[in-house]
Amino acid sequence: MTINKEHFRRALQHSPFHSRLAALSLTEEWTGWNGYKAARTLDKLSTEYFAVRSSCSVMDLTPMEKYRISGKDAFRFLDRLVTRDLSKLKPGMVTYVVWCNDDGKLIDDGTLFQLDEDQYRLCSQHHQLDWLLISSIGFDVNIEVETHEVAALAVQGPTAYSILTEAGIDGLADLKPFGIAQLQCNGFPLVVSRTGYTGDLGYELWVDPKHAESLWDALFAIKPRLDIHPIGLSTLEMVRIEAGFIMPGFDFNTAESTIRADYDRSPYEVGLGWLVNLDKGHFTGRQALLAEKARPVKRRLTKIYVDGNKPVREAFIFDAKHGKQIGEIKCATWSPILKANLAIADIEFVNGKLPPQLWARVDYQRELKWLSIWAECRVSDKPFYTPEHRSATPPANF
Amino acid sequence: MTEQMDVIIIGAGHNGLVCGTYLARAGLDVLFLEARDAVGGMTATRAIDTDYHTPGLAQTSFPVCTQIRKDLQLDSFGYSVGKAADTISLEQNGAHLRIGQQGPSGQGVSNSDTMAFDQLKKEYLDYAKALRPLFQNKPPRLKDFDFKDKTTLAKLGWNLRVGLGSDSMNEFLRIATMNMYDILDEALENEQLKGALAADAVLGHHMGPRTPGTVLTWLNRLSGELNGSLSVVDGSDSQLGHALRKAAAASGASFRLNASVRKILVEKSRAYGVEMADGEKIKAPLVISNADPRSTLLDLVGAPELDAMFAQRVSQIRGAGDVAKLHLALTGLPEFTGLAGADLEHRLIVAPTMMYVERAFNPAKYGECSDNPVLEITIPSLQNKSLAPAGHHVMAVNVTFAPYNLEGGWEKAKDQFASKVIDQLCRYAPNLKSLIANQELLTPQDIEREYHVREGHWHHGEMTIHQSFMMRPLYGAAQYDTPIDGLFLCGAGTHPGGGLTGQPGHNAAQRILAMRPAS
Repeated sequence: MTINKEHFRRALQHSPFHSRLAALSLTEEWTGWNGYKAARTLDKLSTEYFAVRSSCSVMDLTPMEKYRISGKDAFRFLDRLVTRDLSKLKPGMVTYVVWCNDDGKLIDDGTLFQLDEDQYRLCSQHHQLDWLLISSIGFDVNIEVETHEVAALAVQGPTAYSILTEAGIDGLADLKPFGIAQLQCNGFPLVVSRTGYTGDLGYELWVDPKHAESLWDALFAIKPRLDIHPIGLSTLEMVRIEAGFIMPGFDFNTAESTIRADYDRSPYEVGLGWLVNLDKGHFTGRQALLAEKARPVKRRLTKIYVDGNKPVREAFIFDAKHGKQIGEIKCATWSPILKANLAIADIEFVNGKLPPQLWARVDYQRELKWLSIWAECRVSDKPFYTPEHRSATPPANF
Repeated sequence: MTEQMDVIIIGAGHNGLVCGTYLARAGLDVLFLEARDAVGGMTATRAIDTDYHTPGLAQTSFPVCTQIRKDLQLDSFGYSVGKAADTISLEQNGAHLRIGQQGPSGQGVSNSDTMAFDQLKKEYLDYAKALRPLFQNKPPRLKDFDFKDKTTLAKLGWNLRVGLGSDSMNEFLRIATMNMYDILDEALENEQLKGALAADAVLGHHMGPRTPGTVLTWLNRLSGELNGSLSVVDGSDSQLGHALRKAAAASGASFRLNASVRKILVEKSRAYGVEMADGEKIKAPLVISNADPRSTLLDLVGAPELDAMFAQRVSQIRGAGDVAKLHLALTGLPEFTGLAGADLEHRLIVAPTMMYVERAFNPAKYGECSDNPVLEITIPSLQNKSLAPAGHHVMAVNVTFAPYNLEGGWEKAKDQFASKVIDQLCRYAPNLKSLIANQELLTPQDIEREYHVREGHWHHGEMTIHQSFMMRPLYGAAQYDTPIDGLFLCGAGTHPGGGLTGQPGHNAAQRILAMRPAS
């Protein structure tokens, strides 16, 4: 790793795509993300949103924390780190994982890429080096931070496949969801995974930072024929809620940043129980999760439709039968494509069960005056938005 | 072949023997697996030459805990308390200080010294007595405690508040976390006396008299006096290890020597047996480790079978040995300036002042050996003639401080360090060098290798406050328990710590028996 000794001159680092983002930013609305200058928006929110849902969007993912994990015990190390059974993971595959502390409380989630035999990349929202090193005691494993050595770009939307193919990246037709391909674009190598955080057809591109701008330019060269827009974090928030993806540190407090008792959350409590395999070998938090599973369900992050069209941000949830406050909305969005108010709420169960009737008290402003209405909530067991074209292989050509 | 036992005890050191004997007497099939060729761990006799033997690492000890002695009927298996040994603090000019049953005596000892010493001793013995419920039981949990924990806490509270009285209790709370240097400086004037007591407080630890917590290590040592007097370990048949071996065998336990365990077999966080170095598997629903906590959890179980943060905490247990052991085979009895031949049956120390002890510790902090180490010298062959040919002797010397992680490594430094210590000894016993037939120096690294103790620490882990009581060996594994079901710890690394008390083994056995479902 090369150390950038000039980093202190900038409060926020410029990603390898920054010159291109800056040139296209109409709003100049920037924010910090893991130490990088990241766009909150670049254009009107609706333009960005419909790029994801109707054409093609591009989002700079470089600030995501990336770790290269290799060595003889890399697999055993990872299998002990995460709650999921990794035995089906193969080279050229990605899987979604979460990991817990000893108490079975979530530290973070991430995508795990098996790039080769004994070669993995773990991509997470929050910084994990300390936890990975703590977890490495007793394993012959090598852990390297590669956040700054790998530029990453999410290309998402119904026409993403066509744009990438037209930009000169061959070999995507057979790439299934959660697959990885080592490909070329105009003479430089790149890794493409069919993954994303939007719930739409999409790919994530991993490339040496020195080729970042060339990659960007190759994609935007298609713009005259197929529309393509850069998007920022605000749009991502909308589409990830539609897709039912949760965000550690926002929808629940991550364990290593939790001080108050019972403010952290287990995989079961955030609805990720399907990622926990108590029958595989030992993993950190297994005994705590085993004990938790034997107890009645205490609470769960629950996807809900909130009636009406008043914008929901934070709101309390009530059990209609007992009139008791039993939860709160953690994230919400108006879904233009579904024409519905969507939210993910942290709800306390009553006697191990989700109460059948839930209401939200929605506070909203009208001409700066605060008003309050009651809105009924309907639970959704599935992600709100899962278009068929998301998983079609080969994807439709435009 | 797969054998099936009720209980496997890894390591037949004295705590393992105590624990296993209690369990065998409760009707369980107990198998001891000992990697060395003798039981008794650090007390087992070792050869330093064809005709010369020493009683291993342990040099002096207090009698085993009275309760254990009674419960296991150790006296009927030949156990007897050794002859009471005085401590003689050597001075090069022969002006030695003697601390015996009657208190200190010597050229420089005044009446006021004697009185102050008696008062200090009485006060601290009272504290040690008050703490006895804590030492003799599993350390109570502070949350979710059971009935036993409640009675321990109640007894402790009673002893501190009512037993000691409010003045004494307040004083105890004041001194509990202090260092020996300040305590001794407050109470005594005689430098030689202070030096000798300061040496007692740091013996076997990586601590100097000014290290906080040394009052507790001294109290822990003093609690041994509640069982009787200190004596020189001489390896004779009446010694603890031998009696325990016979008691264990009589209660039906079986032994395997030269039986090295490679790993503890674990499935789904439950121990179900062990795998031997030769690949043989022995199954048992209860595996109890007399090995130190780090070796047990990191080497035998392995970090992958543990939660990450717990494994990290285990790896952080402080316990780098800081004492080397010098054994000398002698063709005759050395002559110490100012001492008669009979005096050599006692415990001799070189710790003339507290400052001397503190200065000895300074280099150890930076990974260097003491320039002028603190020495504890015994000649066990005076009591046990079988240790050496007629007229010949063996001398055992604990050399403090000699850090496990020596800067530059032990390989080069070892011989030089041994000669330096011998030169130092010659300043007190000028004819010593001419008597040496053979010698061996065990550095903490040798102790680690030969006694299978991580980093060669006598006490299997420093006895600091943060590694004591319910924090011994560490948070998440107190009360002899581990996160692995069916796996328990019973060695010096557990509460109340090192010393030949048998207390950890006893407490572990009580804990395990109390957990068994009534059948």
